[in-house]
Amino acid sequence: MFKNVYNWIDERLDITPLWRDVADHEVPEHVNPAHHFSAFVYCFGGLTFFITIIQILSGMFLTLYYVPDIINAYASVDYLQHQVAFGQIVRGMHHFGASLVIVMMFLHTLRVFFTGSYKAPREMNWVVGMLIFFIMLGLGFTGYLLPWDNKAYYATKVGVEIAASVPVIGSYIADFLYGGDIVGAQTLTRFFAIHVFFLPGALIAMLAAHFLMIRKQGISGPL
Amino acid sequence: MAHGHKSNEKVVYVGDSRVKKAGGFQTPPDYTSYPGKSEAFIPNFLLKEWMVGCVVLVGFLVWVIAEPAPLGYPADPTNASFIPMPDWYFLFLYQFLKYPYVSQGYILLGTLGIPGILFGGLLLAPFLDTGKERRFYRRPIASSLMILSLAACVYLTVVSWDHYQHMLEKNGQTPEHHVRAEEARLAHERGLPRPNPLKKAPVAAIIEPEDPVMSIVQSQCMGCHANDLSGANGPALLGVGNHLSKEEIVETITNGRGAMPEYGTKLSTEEIGQLAVWLTKQTQE
Repeated sequence: MFKNVYNWIDERLDITPLWRDVADHEVPEHVNPAHHFSAFVYCFGGLTFFITIIQILSGMFLTLYYVPDIINAYASVDYLQHQVAFGQIVRGMHHFGASLVIVMMFLHTLRVFFTGSYKAPREMNWVVGMLIFFIMLGLGFTGYLLPWDNKAYYATKVGVEIAASVPVIGSYIADFLYGGDIVGAQTLTRFFAIHVFFLPGALIAMLAAHFLMIRKQGISGPL
Repeated sequence: MAHGHKSNEKVVYVGDSRVKKAGGFQTPPDYTSYPGKSEAFIPNFLLKEWMVGCVVLVGFLVWVIAEPAPLGYPADPTNASFIPMPDWYFLFLYQFLKYPYVSQGYILLGTLGIPGILFGGLLLAPFLDTGKERRFYRRPIASSLMILSLAACVYLTVVSWDHYQHMLEKNGQTPEHHVRAEEARLAHERGLPRPNPLKKAPVAAIIEPEDPVMSIVQSQCMGCHANDLSGANGPALLGVGNHLSKEEIVETITNGRGAMPEYGTKLSTEEIGQLAVWLTKQTQE
């Protein structure tokens, strides 16, 4: 049944080459932990992606209940955490996944660095990877404010104050993030928009570039 | 190459497009031609990856179920005693900015200068470390810089966390999400509803304060439970009718409970009965 549907579409659009081109490749021995256990260091990139998928899915479910305004934000997180079925688990996955994704990405970066995999011709992929790193830190920073508890409020205040101390552009950054003079209603909606739309959009674009480049260039050879 | 070309042609196009074929890109080696045990990504390797993914997912779920995500008290901009603390992966930067020569008058060096050089260096690493050598022990400068930065980040993070713990101890504070979890646990043990930090404390008045039993309440109860019965040494009695029945109240007054002494000897059964009836009327929304 499924195969028939696939064939019906394939006859008309010739979709097989589209995905086989990306999906079909050989996994060399030196990155396969089944052959060399030490090759597990090559798994961190894939695990980063896996946790990122968890973050995206759990985040999507959190927005079903989360309300980004200063009166209801805390109440909605509290409700989500204690009243909604499995809410504690979904929020826990998003909360702890944020840390886990940083850890995995950090390990992946170190692997790439110490195996010298960023060298020619893969310079651009390293730069894109670092941009992904910065986007992830931005996601961590903006997401921290959303529960609107004291920890969130004061961490954001300190963070934006540090950004504001940069000369010339500092006050503009602070204005942009605060949406006013204080951490308030505007700040929360801005952080929500940045956390849920702007940065994930940039992240997905960067991830696509990252994966296309690795497929085009292939994984770096054995040392 | 599917689209082989004759070498005498001057311009070569890519496929059937009008894009001229450039000479530069070299197709990376295909690992099927390498000696060794390479395997197909689909389905062989991908299935193994999914198995690892499942193990990771189960481990992650166990962690998440065992450890609820923290939530403190609602943001209160007037709270002056709260110790601000960013998430753990920003701590190295947070701590770094506390040192002299990168703060106060030198803040430019702290926010832009040194982090700019370090993160810029990391971002542009492939253009700074351009040698062909890939093994880290043959790239002493790049490797030692990275190891040094790593050690510095770990050190700064540990110092920052240590300082935070010290501050908590000095101020006699507990992180708010722990306080809140403990309150919820205590309320649960007592069979009370989970405290809601968004609800203001009720300013409910005593119900039926003209009742003759008030003379007993004044002489016996208010010493510990406060003159408005909102609780002092003893818990609040306002709203006691919500969660205790008349029998339970009689039992508590007669035999005492916790720090509360027994009144079975001081008051008559009749007086205790009147008290209990009156206390069950002390209900709240």
